[in-house]
Amino acid sequence: MTKAHLRFELNGEPTELLCEPRQSLLEVLRDELGLTGTKEGCNNGNCGACNVLFNGALVNACCVLAVEADGGSVTTVEGIAEGERLHPLQRAFLEEAALQCGICTPGFIVAAKALLDSEPDADEARVRHWLAGNLCRCTGYDKIVRAVLAAEAEMR
Amino acid sequence: MVLEKERTYQVIGTRPVRPDGVDKVTGRAQYGADIRLPGMLFGKVLRSPHAHARVRRIDTSKALAHPDVRAVVTSADLPEPEDRVQELGEGAANLRELSSNVLAREKVLYRGHAVAAVAATNAHAAQEALALIEVEYEPLPAVLDVRDAMREDAPLLHENLRGKTPEGPRAAPSNIAAHTCFNFGDLEQGFAEADVVVEREFRTKMVHQGYIEPHASTALWNADGQLTVWTCTQGSFPVREQLAQVLGHPISRIKVVPTEIGGGFGGKIPVYLEPLAALLSRATGKPVKMQMDRAEVFEATGPTSGTWSKVKLGAKNDGTLVACEATLAYEAGAYPGSPVTAGAMTMIAPYRLEHVRIDAYDVVVNKPKVSAYRAPGAPAAAFAMEQVVDELAERLGIDPLRFRLENAAHEGSRTPWGAPHPRIGHEECLEAALSSAHYNAPLEGANRGRGVASGYWFNAGLRSSVTVTVMPDGTVSLIEGSTDIGGTRASLAMQLAETLGIAYEDVKPTVVDTDSVGYNDVTGGSRVTYGSGMAVYEAGRKLIDEIRTRLSKHWQRPVEEIAHADGRFRTADGQHDEPFKEVCRQLMTRGEGISASASVNARGGAGAFAVHIVDVEVDPETGKTTVLRYTAVQDAGKAVHPSYVEGQMQGGVVQGIGWALNEEYYYGDSGRMANASFLDYRMPTALDVPMIETIIVEVPSPTHPYGVRGVGEVPIVPPLAAIANAVYRATGVRQTELPMSPRRILETTLGVE
Repeated sequence: MTKAHLRFELNGEPTELLCEPRQSLLEVLRDELGLTGTKEGCNNGNCGACNVLFNGALVNACCVLAVEADGGSVTTVEGIAEGERLHPLQRAFLEEAALQCGICTPGFIVAAKALLDSEPDADEARVRHWLAGNLCRCTGYDKIVRAVLAAEAEMR
Repeated sequence: MVLEKERTYQVIGTRPVRPDGVDKVTGRAQYGADIRLPGMLFGKVLRSPHAHARVRRIDTSKALAHPDVRAVVTSADLPEPEDRVQELGEGAANLRELSSNVLAREKVLYRGHAVAAVAATNAHAAQEALALIEVEYEPLPAVLDVRDAMREDAPLLHENLRGKTPEGPRAAPSNIAAHTCFNFGDLEQGFAEADVVVEREFRTKMVHQGYIEPHASTALWNADGQLTVWTCTQGSFPVREQLAQVLGHPISRIKVVPTEIGGGFGGKIPVYLEPLAALLSRATGKPVKMQMDRAEVFEATGPTSGTWSKVKLGAKNDGTLVACEATLAYEAGAYPGSPVTAGAMTMIAPYRLEHVRIDAYDVVVNKPKVSAYRAPGAPAAAFAMEQVVDELAERLGIDPLRFRLENAAHEGSRTPWGAPHPRIGHEECLEAALSSAHYNAPLEGANRGRGVASGYWFNAGLRSSVTVTVMPDGTVSLIEGSTDIGGTRASLAMQLAETLGIAYEDVKPTVVDTDSVGYNDVTGGSRVTYGSGMAVYEAGRKLIDEIRTRLSKHWQRPVEEIAHADGRFRTADGQHDEPFKEVCRQLMTRGEGISASASVNARGGAGAFAVHIVDVEVDPETGKTTVLRYTAVQDAGKAVHPSYVEGQMQGGVVQGIGWALNEEYYYGDSGRMANASFLDYRMPTALDVPMIETIIVEVPSPTHPYGVRGVGEVPIVPPLAAIANAVYRATGVRQTELPMSPRRILETTLGVE
């Protein structure tokens, strides 16, 4: 299969590679670029484990073809912290015990960041509504919602 | 073991951040699918499109001719397995059945049953090559429902299955793999004493654990016969045993490396991909990685049983329960081994009952072989029992929590398996529920109702091994072999810090592979914080004794004069008195290293009880049930890390809400699961549930040095019944079938077809 040339900004760094046109952004991030923080839970847009920011918007990376990212910018969970300083959401997830197995955590953190970046005053109902695209099977969501609200309070 | 009574703790009961936390919030933690090895191939599985069929012929030649394909394997590549049972920690497996489930032999027994596996240079090519494998099937009639499968004229899954009964094996083959009977007291006399009797039938559907991480395994079979498998499993040691048996390979030549695991809930104990990846690696000489997609997880792993049950319960007018007669029939899936006996025992364990008979049937059907699922067997049985208890309380005009309290089992009460209960906390949980803010708050508004239910789970002990080693700076490394699914690195490190009298931050826990630590059973049965905690305690005590022995030479004092207390080593005369860390730092500069290991086989943990309260509102137009408020009360024995205990309670509740209201394997007549995706198998989202209030009760377990009880499983036992009881109070209609979907609510409350 002829490969496509792909150039985009990934976590603030210019990135260039060849990929197959049939590869999803999720596959390219994980298999070609080795950024395995973005997780595959369903590969059809129903669990949110592969949430990334694409040109600032929240997307399921499994439902975006990698070639669509050409010329754009992508932020993954690996790009959320500032160097070794964790993002307030990451700290809040640790301090509020908002993860158990942790497989859904990258998706939740990316999704929550997208919310807080655009709606710094989101209340509990809004947080629950926004995060309804992310499945967690361990926590019952209680501590996740609390962590997002705690991070929001800190960022305000 | 002696209980350290009435003591205050320095570390236990605090809420530190978990040691693996930063890796998990930054995306660095390595889960099953994150493993990459140089030269790696990718494997995919060809699965049966039929629920039941004879396999006439498999032709792999066209697939092998695909330019990117490197190997194809079928059951012909597996050795003939022994027909014997292997204990796997939480449940056992017949090795012949385990092998046939890994790769079907003469018959496929469910849609999704693995038939062949392909390794190719990339995953897309492996997927394409599956279509090139020719399989000739002779379709057979399938049976999908437990009661249909019990009929004499039902299609047989296993022509030679002569089920076990209390009287010995059945004369004729059938789909009933086992009939077990729990029988004590005098049922006739019991019901003669009863003033009120309630009898009802209940049904629940097959449901899945729903962990977000699909199964993923990578194998490397070296030319020297050394097999290494990286896999996301609840038990690396049981995986090693299953691999040795299924592959016929020496166990000492197999190393299993547990990756981080994205949820299991009992579903990641059996092997599925591991032996296939190993066979493909042996065939190609290269590492092979395999990963399921979500539909495969639903169709080809181990959900829990659909069930049918009938419960008859009698009580006197004064509110005393006197007799229980029940029949439970659980779907095992394609091979025997449903958790029906656990259902039978756990449903009556919360109560003092003198006259009991429960008949439990384990039944094979043409669906995936069930695996453990969080308190296996208990939630469906409690769904039946706790509704009947609720109905009796209502008929007698007694508050449902008080009715339970009057009949609650306590220390010394007879368990269903004969022995007396040890110190348990059912009464304490009921009292906490009775005095909770939730139960004392009025519930107002139309179509609203409040329900309660109790739940019991045994809690396992089993085998654990750990090694503790003093580091040059006086901190301590803790080497363990229990996969950490929900914070056990933290809960074990906390217990070691408590034992040694050092700071939590001075303990570094690491989960290692099967070559690097003694035997550990699965992370299951709510056993790690309890059982591995006992190994940690013992290793910690040994380490202290080792240090005292070394100090005896160093300080030139008899070892008896050197005491360890409050994290310090001291002599009675006060001449020496130094903290653990300082002592260790000094000792490490002279002489040999300091370490200690412990292997324990912890006896079963004293059981756990939970009592739940839930308020719901049922929309009379749509049939949708909304959970308005939920409070979970649970006896944790001693909560090592209260936040993580709360997390287990909240997670179990929400999993139970999904089971109660939405989740089911939906089958058409063809034996095809019609909803094998997260879109159609609808698990609760953040929008579907409220905050889950928690009340931790601490009745110390008499069998653990810090009083710990397992906490992981029991919170999923009460929700099904608690919600059904709430829906009844809201609508006046008993819900005897799950899920209580909007459609079912409308059908049962309005007679809408």
